[in-house]
Amino acid sequence: MGKMNNNLVQIADGIKFIPGASAIVAPLNKLINWGRAGSIWPATFGLACCAIEMMVAGSSTNDLDRFGIIFRASPRQADCLILAGTITKKMAPVVRRVFDQMPEPRYVLAMGSCACTGGIFDTYAVVQGADEFLPVDVYIPGCPPRPEALLEGLIKLQEKIMQEQGRWSNLV
Amino acid sequence: MITLTDTQTIDVPVQSGEEDRYHLKMGPQHPATHGVLRVDLDLDGETILTCDPKVGYLHRGFEKLAEHRTYAQNIVLTDRLDYIAAMSNNVGYCEAVERLLAIEVPERARMLRVMVCEMSRISSHLLWLATHALDIGAMTVFLYCFREREVLLELFAELCGARLTTTYTRLGGVRQDVTRSIMKKLDKFVEDFPACIEEYETLIDTNRIWLKRTIGIGQVSAEKALDLCLTGASLRGSGVDYDIRKHMPYAGYEKFEFDIPVGETGDTYARYRCRMEELRQSNFILRQCIDMLPPGPVLGKDAPDLVMPIRAANKLEVDVPAKNALITLIEDRDVFMEGDIYVATEVPKGELGFYFISDGMGRPYRMHIRSPSFIHIGALSTMAQGAMIADLIAIIGTLDVVLGECDR
Amino acid sequence: MEQLGIAEQLREKFPGSILEIITHRGQVTLLVDRKDIFAICQVLKTDHQMNHLNCLCGVDNLKRTAAHLERFEVVYQFYSIDNRTSLRIKAQIPESDPSIDSITSLWTGANWLERETYDLLGIVFNNHPKLERILTAEDWEGYPLRKDYALRGDKEWKGLEELREKAIRLRQYDFYGAQTEQE
Ligand code: SF4
Repeated sequence: MGKMNNNLVQIADGIKFIPGASAIVAPLNKLINWGRAGSIWPATFGLACCAIEMMVAGSSTNDLDRFGIIFRASPRQADCLILAGTITKKMAPVVRRVFDQMPEPRYVLAMGSCACTGGIFDTYAVVQGADEFLPVDVYIPGCPPRPEALLEGLIKLQEKIMQEQGRWSNLV
Repeated sequence: MITLTDTQTIDVPVQSGEEDRYHLKMGPQHPATHGVLRVDLDLDGETILTCDPKVGYLHRGFEKLAEHRTYAQNIVLTDRLDYIAAMSNNVGYCEAVERLLAIEVPERARMLRVMVCEMSRISSHLLWLATHALDIGAMTVFLYCFREREVLLELFAELCGARLTTTYTRLGGVRQDVTRSIMKKLDKFVEDFPACIEEYETLIDTNRIWLKRTIGIGQVSAEKALDLCLTGASLRGSGVDYDIRKHMPYAGYEKFEFDIPVGETGDTYARYRCRMEELRQSNFILRQCIDMLPPGPVLGKDAPDLVMPIRAANKLEVDVPAKNALITLIEDRDVFMEGDIYVATEVPKGELGFYFISDGMGRPYRMHIRSPSFIHIGALSTMAQGAMIADLIAIIGTLDVVLGECDR
Repeated sequence: MEQLGIAEQLREKFPGSILEIITHRGQVTLLVDRKDIFAICQVLKTDHQMNHLNCLCGVDNLKRTAAHLERFEVVYQFYSIDNRTSLRIKAQIPESDPSIDSITSLWTGANWLERETYDLLGIVFNNHPKLERILTAEDWEGYPLRKDYALRGDKEWKGLEELREKAIRLRQYDFYGAQTEQE
C-alpha cells in the first residue's frame, strides 16, 4: 500500500481507494479483473491422486481461503475447474460436461502430469492431456504437485486474470 | 391460477406403486463419493430399492501397463493404486515379487518396511476419519486429522522425497536408510499421537448425531461379510478375526506384539471403533519399531542388479552394447523362474493381493491386483439395499474405498 | 502338507477333471478342466472350509506354452480362515468357446470379479446375474488384457472422438473462441 497524492491509497495495481469516502477509483477493466482474481471459486472435482494434494491445499496448513479461493461443490457456482488427476477416456465426457455447466468466465487448471500430458499412463484407457478437449489456462507439473505448487498455479492464474482485457463484454 | 380461501384445501393426488419411484444418478462428480464413483439408485421416496454402483471412471490400465514394464519399474505404478497409503502398496508389491524371485531382504529393511507400512496405515485411517466425518457432517474432525496427517506426509517427504507417491521400497530392500532426524520426529509423533486419538474421540464418540448416523447403519453379519469377500476392518467389524499380518505374516510382522481389534455388531459404528483401535495398535507397532530397529544394510546383496540392470550391464564386457547386455540380463532365466504366486498383504483398506505369472522374462507375464476397494464397492449394492439415501453416504464412507485402487 | 492333501482328495473326487497338481514356492495349484469348476468350488467351500475367496482373475495364455494349457484360464485363489490353508485352482478354457460356469451363487463377491474378467479378457461366465462391461466404457471394442491387444489400444474409442468434435464445435461459445470468430 503506497500513499498517493490526493490521499488516494493504491490497493492493487491501478486500483485506488479514497479514504473516508468508501469509494474506489479504477478503470472498469481492472476493477472487474481484480474482483475476479480475488474470488476464484474452483469446483471440487477430484479425479485421482492429485485430488488428495488438492484437499491438503484446502486444509488448515496451506489455507486457500486467504486468497479468496473457496471450493464449491456445484459447477454452476464455480468459475475455475481444477483437473486434479488422471483423465481416463471413460471420464473425459463427464469432465467436459462439468466444464460446459460452468458459466463464463471460466478457467481450467491442469494439475499434475496426468492432466497435463497423460503422465506415466500411456495406455489404452487414458486421455493424453486435458487439452485434447478443454482449453487449459495453467499447467502445473508434478506427480503429484505439492500443495505449494498448486498455490503457485492459482497465483499464476490470478496474474493471468489481472491481464485480461474486457472479458465481460464483446464490445470492448 | 387457483386462489384458496381459508377453509379450502387441495387434494394432492398421492401416487402409489411404480409411478412413485424415481431414478437417481449420483456421481461421478459428487463430493461424497470419494472420487469418481457413480451410483445409480432406484428410490422409493428416500428408501433405496436398488443400488447399482458404476466404476471404471479411473480405469488406467495398470495390469496391461505392468506387462510392458520390468518388475523394478512397476513399483512406481503401485504408488498410484491406493494413493492414500502408497507405502503399503510398495511393500505389498515388493513382498510379492521377492517371493516370486526368491530375493533375500535384510533385517533392517524389513523392519523399515513395517515402520512405513504402519505410518501409512495411520495416515490412511486419518484421511478416512476426516472424510467420513465430513460426509456425515462433522467438519472439525477433518481439520484435526489433517494436522497429524501432514506430519506423517512430511516425514515421508523427508524419507524418500515425495509425500504421496513414495516408491520407497526396492526389490530386495528399501531405497535409503532413515536419518536420525526422521527417527527423532517420528518418536515425537508416536509420543503425541495417543492424545490426538483421544481428541478425535471426544469430538465424535459421544456426539448424538454421529451415533445416530452410524449405529445400526450398513449392518452386515459375519457370514454375509465373508460371502461378499470383504476384508480389512470392514470384515473385522462383523466379528471375523482375519488379518493377514497375523495369518500370513510378511515383512517380519510375527516379531511384533499387537492385537487385532474385532467388532461385533458389523455396523458402521463397529467399523469405526475397529479403525480407531487400529490407530492405537499401529502407534504401538511404531513404538516397537523405533526401539527394535536393528543395524545393518537396507538393500540385499543380490538386489542391486535387479534395482538397476544398467549397473550390472556396465560390469559386463565393454564392447558389448549396454542395451544388449540389458536384454540378456532381463531375459536371464536363472533369476526369473517360470511360475506363479499369489501374495497378500494387509493394507489399510483390506487385503491387497498381487498375483503374478512369470514366464521367465524380466517382465511379469500377468499381474493381477486384488484390490480391496473394488470388492468393497461391489458389496455396496447389497449393503445399501433398503437403507435411506443419506445412509448411503455413511456406507460409502465406512467401506473406506479409494477409486484409484478400485479401477486400477 | 495340508494343501497337497486337499488336492489329492479333490483328485479322488473328480478323477477326470484334475489335470495336474503343481507346487511352486510353497503354493499349490490345481490345473482343472472347466466342466466341473462349480462342483469343485462347492466342495472346497463346504467340505474344506475354504470360506474366503481371495482372488479371481483371468489369464491369456497366447504367448505361453506348457502341458494342458489352453488359450485362457481363470484363476481362483481360496483361503480357509479357520484352517489357515490356501489353494489355487486354474480352470482351462479353450479359445473356440471362451466360457465357464459362474460361482456367483457361492460367493456374491465373485460377481464383480467375474464381470471384470469378462470385461478385460472376454471370458463369458454362464449363469452370471449381470454380465456387463465394468471398467471400460459400455461401447468399448476389444478386450484390453488379451495379449493381441496393443497397449495403446487398437482403435480410438468412439466416445473420445465424439468428444473431440464436440470440443471443436463448442469453441465458438468460449469467450476467446467467440472473439477469434468475429475477427
Ligand atoms: S500426476 Fe501423478 S499423482 Fe497426479 S493423478 Fe497422475 S499419477 Fe496421480
